Amino acid sequence: MTGAAIEANGLGMTYGRKRGWALRDCSFRLPAGRICALVGPNGAGKSTLLSLAAGLLRPAEGSVRVLGSTPAEARPRIAYVSQDKPLYPQLTVADTLWAGAELNPATWDRAAADRIAGPLPQDAKVRALSGGQRTRLALALALGKRPELMLLDELMADLDPLARHQLMGLLMAEAAEHGTTIVMSSHILTELEGSCDYLLFVDGGRVRLGGESDDIVAAHALVTGQARDLAPHTVVESRTTGRQLTALVRREGPLDDTVWDVTEPSLEELLLAHLRSPEAPPLLTPSAHARQEVAAV
Amino acid sequence: MAESAAVEFRIDRRSGVATYLQIVQQTKQALRLGVLEPGDRLPTAREVVEATAINPNTVLKAYRELEREGLVEARRGLGTFVRRTLGSAAVTTDPPLRAELAEWTRRARAAGLDRDDVHALFTDVLDSTFKGDQH
Repeated sequence: MTGAAIEANGLGMTYGRKRGWALRDCSFRLPAGRICALVGPNGAGKSTLLSLAAGLLRPAEGSVRVLGSTPAEARPRIAYVSQDKPLYPQLTVADTLWAGAELNPATWDRAAADRIAGPLPQDAKVRALSGGQRTRLALALALGKRPELMLLDELMADLDPLARHQLMGLLMAEAAEHGTTIVMSSHILTELEGSCDYLLFVDGGRVRLGGESDDIVAAHALVTGQARDLAPHTVVESRTTGRQLTALVRREGPLDDTVWDVTEPSLEELLLAHLRSPEAPPLLTPSAHARQEVAAV
Repeated sequence: MAESAAVEFRIDRRSGVATYLQIVQQTKQALRLGVLEPGDRLPTAREVVEATAINPNTVLKAYRELEREGLVEARRGLGTFVRRTLGSAAVTTDPPLRAELAEWTRRARAAGLDRDDVHALFTDVLDSTFKGDQH
């Protein structure tokens, strides 16, 4: 699995001149077969990015390619669940699943859909379902399609912890078996941390961190010690209390642990530090670099 | 799948121990205690992630590590199987050692040591005895 699931070059989107850019200068690559957490604060551009990848929005500038083709061409191989889980309210659960099978005749996997939708009342109308039940039905449709790429926007937001754990488990099982690429957005990192091995951190319409979660964490260090110059390391955030300096740095070469107390930050600490320091330079690991950077200029 | 797996893993996200290491450590612990024996099948990646919601690659990483240490082997299309046990069989099959330790623990208690004292003493002796060994 060496191809790219998503590749964006200079991607930008605006919903009207007065509202500014929802997304700007986005260039990144998501390798196929990864489970990616798309995180960032509210209004960061996560949903815009997913809609562009799903081909529901047309970029204002730049381009995005999905599974090696345009989003429109790739649509049969993508499943996208938007935040509001659009379903037909007057259909029953059984009707909805039937429609899923009819609309995806080539790939429909009834067993996969049933594993998710099993606990739902099959004769209930969608309008009578709770938020969590609708999420379950939407995910059943998405998995039944047996897609190569799943784009899930705030999928778990209205699920109770037990259902969340169970559905996440089923999603991971699908990915383990079929090598499905999954992108899941959330503004709560801890919800996704254990399940994802790739990270896209979007903030202010830009990708600020992208790559394997382990590598991104390993590229940083939390250092404490006597206040002194941290060069050549890139300081993301630093704080001085009396004579003591605490800083989150991006390593440029080895850190002198005779001078500093060096520990590895958690992913959450890392994201918080970046949120508090909007001027910190972006970091993409080699696998997350878009291949045609020239086109982005 | 002919037979169900012999163990299941518990993942503690707040432990601070990397998830793949938790799987490695729990497998080793099961080998030491005889819960896992040669020929037993470890759960498939699918089974583990369905139960724990962790990333599939994390399970594969743990299994690769166990394979590298010669403890398990992957048989294509069949699963991952235990090759050998860990530590000496004495842990489970040598009652005299256990009995001696139980006797010593009783004496320690009679001498007025509480649980934490005994634990500290035991750990201290353990550390000095195995000093320099790879853990």
